[in-house]
Amino acid sequence: MRFVDEYRGGEDASKLLDAIRSSVTRPWVIMELCGGQTHTLIKAGIDRMLPDEITLVHGPGCPVCVTPMRLLDQAIAIARRPEVIFTSFGDMLRVPGSAADLLEVKSEGGDVRIVYSPLDAVKIAEANPDKQVVFFAVGFETTAPANAMAVWRAERAGVENFSVLCSHVLVPPAMEAILGAPDHRVQGFLAAGHVCTVMGYWEYEPIAERHRIPVIVTGFEPLDLIQGTYMAVAALEEGRHEVENQYSRSVTRDGNIAAQKLMTEVFEITDRDWRGIGVIPDSGYALRERFVAFDAGLRFDVADIEAHDSGECIAGKIMQGIERPSACPAFGTRCTPERPLGAPMVSAEGACAAYYQYGRS
Amino acid sequence: MSDETRPGLAAGLACPIPISDYPTVQMSHGGGGRLSQMLIDDMFVAAFDNPVLAQLHDGAILDLAAGRLAFSTDSFVVHPLFFPGGDIGSLAVHGTVNDVAMCGARPIAISAGFIIEEGLPMEDLWRIVQSMRDAADQAGVPVVTGDTKVVDRGKGDGIYINTTGIGVIDDGIEISPRRARPGDLVLLSGAIAAHGIAIMSVREGLEFETTLETDSAALHELTAAMLERAGRNVHVLRDPTRGGVASTLNEIAAQAGVGIRIDEAPIPIDEEVRGACEILGFDPLYVANEGKCIAIVARESADEVLQAMRDQPLGARAAIVGEVVEEHPGKVFLRSRIGGLRVVDMLSGEQLPRIC
Amino acid sequence: MCLGVPGKVVEIRTDALGMNMGKVSFGGVVKEVCLAYTSDVQIGEYVIVHVGFAISTIDEEEAGKVFELLRQMGELEELDVPQIET
Repeated sequence: MRFVDEYRGGEDASKLLDAIRSSVTRPWVIMELCGGQTHTLIKAGIDRMLPDEITLVHGPGCPVCVTPMRLLDQAIAIARRPEVIFTSFGDMLRVPGSAADLLEVKSEGGDVRIVYSPLDAVKIAEANPDKQVVFFAVGFETTAPANAMAVWRAERAGVENFSVLCSHVLVPPAMEAILGAPDHRVQGFLAAGHVCTVMGYWEYEPIAERHRIPVIVTGFEPLDLIQGTYMAVAALEEGRHEVENQYSRSVTRDGNIAAQKLMTEVFEITDRDWRGIGVIPDSGYALRERFVAFDAGLRFDVADIEAHDSGECIAGKIMQGIERPSACPAFGTRCTPERPLGAPMVSAEGACAAYYQYGRS
Repeated sequence: MSDETRPGLAAGLACPIPISDYPTVQMSHGGGGRLSQMLIDDMFVAAFDNPVLAQLHDGAILDLAAGRLAFSTDSFVVHPLFFPGGDIGSLAVHGTVNDVAMCGARPIAISAGFIIEEGLPMEDLWRIVQSMRDAADQAGVPVVTGDTKVVDRGKGDGIYINTTGIGVIDDGIEISPRRARPGDLVLLSGAIAAHGIAIMSVREGLEFETTLETDSAALHELTAAMLERAGRNVHVLRDPTRGGVASTLNEIAAQAGVGIRIDEAPIPIDEEVRGACEILGFDPLYVANEGKCIAIVARESADEVLQAMRDQPLGARAAIVGEVVEEHPGKVFLRSRIGGLRVVDMLSGEQLPRIC
Repeated sequence: MCLGVPGKVVEIRTDALGMNMGKVSFGGVVKEVCLAYTSDVQIGEYVIVHVGFAISTIDEEEAGKVFELLRQMGELEELDVPQIET
């Protein structure tokens, strides 16, 4: 496959790894923000190939993991309703709410369907006019253009039985929150290449400047991640703290203007609760006034739902890079993918699931 | 009613049960009475048509040489019932023929038990039965006995099929996971992940414009060729069905108490299947196969077994993909294309399409 | 957040709402993709697709730069004086 295979070659990887090894002179802590990047790093065994001086910590780049439990409980309540077809990306189905998960609702007879694209959810709504079709609109900025388009099209086409349960989160505020924590140890960032494909990377320039920390916009293939790490190490060794673009085949400084335009039309910035971290101001999207009729959180009577979080899950510390999954006392014992205590153990991209599956101790 | 007046016996492809009278399967088709008999005679017996079945005893009587017998059962609950390249019927035949073949046996006969949900369109049942007949004929393994029950609407998923198979293991063959030894090589018969992707691709919301077909096939001729070439040096045979190659290798490693190390690079996969896995976020190693075979073979015989596989139509892309090692007993490791090493763990639950 | 897969645009059309839609091939498997956010894309070009939407057109020249860097590294290696092993 073009633009995939070329970035998975062993010989090229070795060259870059050698270059990293010969340039590093002291320990560095680098955070990669995106769950997809965590997944590649561990699945390709890259974290084991890097020199010991480099510590990779995994950030909260898993929108599934940071979706607040309350929202999950609302989703479950809505999905249980007989008149509802509840549609979602596959990632959300096994994330634990207070008492259940969406997969259980499905096995109990709820009409819960996995969709590949939010537009498929709108199609389902058009095909089932006597049902309420709800879409679980989860994601970072990467997914926002798609979710925005779904709502926009539903409005245009008059698909009134469609609504979205919105849990969009933004990266730059999360980065600020991590860098604002007193015990953070992050010295460099690998920024999420597909988030930046949509948003550009100009938002990171003030962050890099203010916190004096290099930010390398990085792709998702093994070679991308190794090169991103190489660029981060080079910047750290040379004392530079700019934003650099490793993923230039997809990312430009301004990003995708057309996508941003529709996102701004449909969404407005709002405060968001991040599971395990807490409320970060101006860190998420909500539907604008014009589209508020499509808000499932308002259409269904779920405002009173309160979540009951298990005390044991340290997802917050893990997602801020303060702890490794293996440091959690419940890791692999009371918390496993079969019986997860929190989201990072369930989501395919969650740091804990990745560690568990790929055998890190 | 005499035979001449009933539309019945299927020489052609028309459904033998008059659709206008019985467009769907009814409770009484499973009740043991006249309608039941009609379904059995006119559909099942007519389609599977063989001398043993024609005896119409409660069970089949087979005349086999004394020796070791392989005996395997499997139930098929796949949904949707029809998918590109196959259906629950052909799957049921292939699946049990393969289970018997993976014991190192020559499959002799299979049984077919049907649990049909009231309301299943008769045309669908006929399609499935024909598909089973074709699969059985092609494999040379007859359906010699069976059973039919009908359950209330809502209590089944259209149809469930159980097939049980029996086979004969020749002398000089010894297949058992416990025979896997450090130094053995791991062989794979061909391109992976086709079946699981074919099933996914017809689930609502995940359709592709391209048709991706299952690899469902009977593997007994392939295994026979391998065993003929290397006999006792074929230590383990397994078909990586649910859970994919990764799960099967983990099972073998655990049962044998050995470590297994595989390389990502030589594992064959069709470009299109890989493209589909990339889009859905699936790891092909965990996706089901229904026409592939893993063999663990003594090192000195590996090359000739590989050649024997490649000489067979179902083994044209066979490859050596790894080895059995002393280290990390019970665990499977993979060397990625990029050169990194990682554990290949058992999957917990089904792989679901992801965005993340 | 970011399963984005590169694919080749094989068909482009406009739908009833005036939106750019198309078909993208991923190693031969073709899927319907919304091209509204890459309205300048041509048939034969590659896009990154996330949840059924093309979010960028791949800049082939930029894509080559990773390998340009590697090639330069390779050349530098050849110029290095071999280390004496201790």
